[in-house]
Amino acid sequence: MNIFSALKEALGSLAANKLRSSLTILGIVIGVAAVIAMVSLGRGLQASITSQLSGIGTTQLSVFYMPDPEIRNPQPLTTGDMQALVDPINAPDVKAVSASISGVGLVSFGSKSSSATIYGTTANYAELNNLKFQEGGFFGEEQVLGQSSTVVLGPRLADLLFNRTKGLVGEMVRIEGQPYRVVGVLQSLGQGSVSFSDTDMAVLVPYTTARLRLIPQGGRDQVDTLTVQVRDSSRTMQATEQVKQILRTRHRTPVGLDDFYVFASKDILDAANSITSMLTIFLGGIAAISLLVGGIGIMNIMLVSVTERTREIGLRKAVGARRRDILVQFLAESVMLSLLGGGLGILLGWLIGVAVAVVSENSGNAITPIVGIDSILLATLSASAIGIFFGFYPANRAATLQPVEALRSE
Amino acid sequence: MTPATPWVIQATHLTKTYRMGEVEVHALNGLSLQIASGEVVAIMGPSGSGKSTLMNILGCLDRPSSGEYILDGEAAARLRDDQLASIRNRKIGFVFQSFNLLPRASALANVELPLRYAGLNGKRKAKATAALEAVGLGDRIHHKPTELSGGQQQRVAIARALVNDPAILMADEPTGALDSRTGKEIMDLLLEINRERGTTVILVTHDPNVAARARRTIRLRDGQVEEAAS
Ligand SMILES: Nc1ncnc2c1ncn2[C@@H]1O[C@H](COP(=O)(O)OP(=O)(O)OP(=O)(O)O)[C@@H](O)[C@H]1O
Ligand SMILES: [Mg+2]
Repeated sequence: MNIFSALKEALGSLAANKLRSSLTILGIVIGVAAVIAMVSLGRGLQASITSQLSGIGTTQLSVFYMPDPEIRNPQPLTTGDMQALVDPINAPDVKAVSASISGVGLVSFGSKSSSATIYGTTANYAELNNLKFQEGGFFGEEQVLGQSSTVVLGPRLADLLFNRTKGLVGEMVRIEGQPYRVVGVLQSLGQGSVSFSDTDMAVLVPYTTARLRLIPQGGRDQVDTLTVQVRDSSRTMQATEQVKQILRTRHRTPVGLDDFYVFASKDILDAANSITSMLTIFLGGIAAISLLVGGIGIMNIMLVSVTERTREIGLRKAVGARRRDILVQFLAESVMLSLLGGGLGILLGWLIGVAVAVVSENSGNAITPIVGIDSILLATLSASAIGIFFGFYPANRAATLQPVEALRSE
Repeated sequence: MTPATPWVIQATHLTKTYRMGEVEVHALNGLSLQIASGEVVAIMGPSGSGKSTLMNILGCLDRPSSGEYILDGEAAARLRDDQLASIRNRKIGFVFQSFNLLPRASALANVELPLRYAGLNGKRKAKATAALEAVGLGDRIHHKPTELSGGQQQRVAIARALVNDPAILMADEPTGALDSRTGKEIMDLLLEINRERGTTVILVTHDPNVAARARRTIRLRDGQVEEAAS
């Protein structure tokens, strides 16, 4: 008998006991659905964390002024530090460095005004921080050198002042009463995205201008944050080390004490990834236990079925069924049970995923569960493996029955 | 292929011992018999004399505890389970007192069963239909066993036994569950099969009228052949 006709026949004999078969299948459905739902949710969570963190960028290091309290004369970060970090020999993994200072000020247009964060930055700041524009662009090297009164607006601030975010290039706004010409409007960073600087409600001006007119406290070349772009995300650790070495030398800090802190967003991303994959494995593992319970259900029902049908097995053997024929017949039934359960379970697991996606979307923290081909394959394979594994013992029991004894049973 | 002897069945010193705790039951006690190809043999004897035990061994459903059994040239007592299955499939048709049909399958599917295990795929339906026609059930092939009378069910069982063209048809009290008229019809059918196909027929019966129609009667008592009459 070939596999196909064996499966067809198995379907027929399962149909003869519909309620019992359905309940057994239900056990597998729940197990497979739990595995699919848990794994897809775990992956969805991972993807959403990754996409939120990717706002910071995996090839970026942020350097802050953060002196160890034991250092007697800590040194602030400077534009000199920024230039020193672009050093192909001592820092081969550093591609570019930008600097920024920040403060708070009043921004107004006509009768409308609002308090906003002021970022004074270098010209490459937008590129290094992945800022995107709705219109216009960032100010260039020339404007920085010329301490020009140009400004880039965050979208929320633009909306507040103008009631629109388009057609603003060329308009004049006032920051702390001084006039600035708008050269660009940023795109929103998007909800839930993580970044060190909330540029949505900010103005960005050349740091030279800011130091001169808006944030005068602090030395002329003093900056708050350096953003370092690493050449290759796999070399983040080396780049971090190179940055630290250069700054330690320049700041002449005592061994083991730094007056700055280097933050690598990739570290956070890696940590988050390893936490979510652990979570996925953990949840999947718990779900797998319910799959195991479903498998035991199959074994149980198959044992009952073999006992009930002992006479039938005897008859089949009497007319020439070999061990293998009976084995295949009963294995086909248990595999059929588990495959049906597996198929419905995949569907149910996917539905659970969709339901969670809708709920999480409405609660403002969107997680889109990811049901991959691999988890479907895995579920199908493990369902049939369970069918074979838990079906083998009952099937083998049936196959090794002696015909006379089987025929004698009632 | 012509066998070296005219005997299709040659059993020598068969014993079958059942152990029930401390007690040993000798269901067969050194029984020997020979049956020629094309014979119709009735086996009689009091209840418990070992008739069913003997039939099960002759039908390769069971093995003797000791002794030799040669069926159609093959030493059946020494074969492995799957080899016995193959002999049951090819050489023997077995008819039971209680019919033993698959209750959910149609008459046709029941008769097809041995063909499936023989690995036959294409001509199954035609052969099974022919076998059902041969037992006079050509118009009942799609009925389930529950939709057939006892006599008709036994005919389906005989069709199933015949479908692989076995050399031997064995029947353990085939008329035991039927009234005397239906029993006679079944006996007619078995004799007709023997006449038309030359199939060797061995049947166990308690009914002297049935036994009288066989060419030879073997009487058992306490697991041994009592006498042979013709
Ligand atoms: N599986 C078994 N275990 C133990 N003893 C058995 C078994 N099968 C048969 N026997 C014993 O073997 C003896 C022969 O039994 P068997 O069934 O062959 O008798 P029989 O001639 O067919 O009787 P009946 O006419 O009632 O069918 C009996 O004493 C019976 O109790
Ligand atoms: Mg008997």
